[in-house]
Amino acid sequence: MRYFRDVGALARKDLLLELRARDTLPAMVLFVAAVFVVFHFALPESPSRLETVGLLWVAILFTALLGLGRAFVPEREQRTLDGLVLAPCDRSAIWLAKSLATLAFLAAAEVVALPLYAIFFHRVGGATIAAVVLADIGICAVGTFLGAMAVATRARDLLLPLLFLPLAIPIVVGAVGASVVDSPGRYLGFLALYDALFAVVCWASFEYVVAE
Amino acid sequence: MLVARRLGKRFGEKRVLRGIDLDLATGGFLVVTGPNGSGKTTLLRICAGLAQPTEGTIERAVSRGAIGYLGHEPLVYRELTALENLELYGRLYRIAERRERIGMLLERFGLWEVRHERVASYSRGMTQRLALCRVLLHDPELLVLDEPYNALDEAGAELLDAQLAELRGERTFLLATHEPARLAPFASGRLALAA
Repeated sequence: MRYFRDVGALARKDLLLELRARDTLPAMVLFVAAVFVVFHFALPESPSRLETVGLLWVAILFTALLGLGRAFVPEREQRTLDGLVLAPCDRSAIWLAKSLATLAFLAAAEVVALPLYAIFFHRVGGATIAAVVLADIGICAVGTFLGAMAVATRARDLLLPLLFLPLAIPIVVGAVGASVVDSPGRYLGFLALYDALFAVVCWASFEYVVAE
Repeated sequence: MLVARRLGKRFGEKRVLRGIDLDLATGGFLVVTGPNGSGKTTLLRICAGLAQPTEGTIERAVSRGAIGYLGHEPLVYRELTALENLELYGRLYRIAERRERIGMLLERFGLWEVRHERVASYSRGMTQRLALCRVLLHDPELLVLDEPYNALDEAGAELLDAQLAELRGERTFLLATHEPARLAPFASGRLALAA
């Protein structure tokens, strides 16, 4: 119970920081909207569903990357990670709270992105929405973990995409599969398994990421 | 409270600490001095558990949550208010009667009137006062303070002096400073690091 209180306090802090600074969510929303507008004009008239689903997932992935890249910026700029690491709470609470905050930003961006996709390209079905939910969890769990690793390095802006994109390939495979087949159960199960597996790995090893 | 033997630290090829022996008994007040680049900050970070030595050993008879660490940065969020910052740390440190303790510290360090203002609007001295509130919030057993007088005006420095005098003997202190004369009345020992 205490653990979840710590997570709540840390996640609340991240949401409050974004509410004040507004430097992550607007960028994510503008980016994903711009991608759809550009592709609306760049793609041939009446593109196939398969093509546009691929585009949707590329847009979601890079929008998430934008948020993940900024996730630890307040901690880096103000060195507050030292203060959080010294607190007597479980250090994985920092990862879980940051993942939840990033998930909230990504979900908010998708509230704009999915209707835009439906307007410009094809309607969004229930399977795609389920895939978005499951993919978001995996993206935020893995991305936040890697973001914490990258933030300690000088080449952080380069390192995060380099580490994250290969690990996100299974998410893209599962999500695109779930969005285009008639029976998406297998793909959704695959995404859920990915989420569970990587969430446990990230939760258990975050302690070592923040220890110098 | 703290025992270090043959402590050393390297960052790649660069050696910043070499062969440091340190004994700090409970209730002790050790002042670390030395020129810029002598490794004071690195030593304090190792003692606080924020960095690992590359050579030697260190034993702490204190848990992570009973350490109060003040570094070169105040470790507070600039977009949050003083109250929000201390509330966050108060929750993470599970402080009983958190609100009362926060109020008392903000009053003592002269920040009560500006408690609802964002830290970004504070002067460097006010931010340092807030950092001291953060350090003292959980009533730590071991206080590791790196240049605590930095950016404080004379009134702020006197407040800190009074706080140190009050806690001297009851708590254990490890301080790095360029002003050892100011801390002479409190110090029980001194460790001078060479460049």
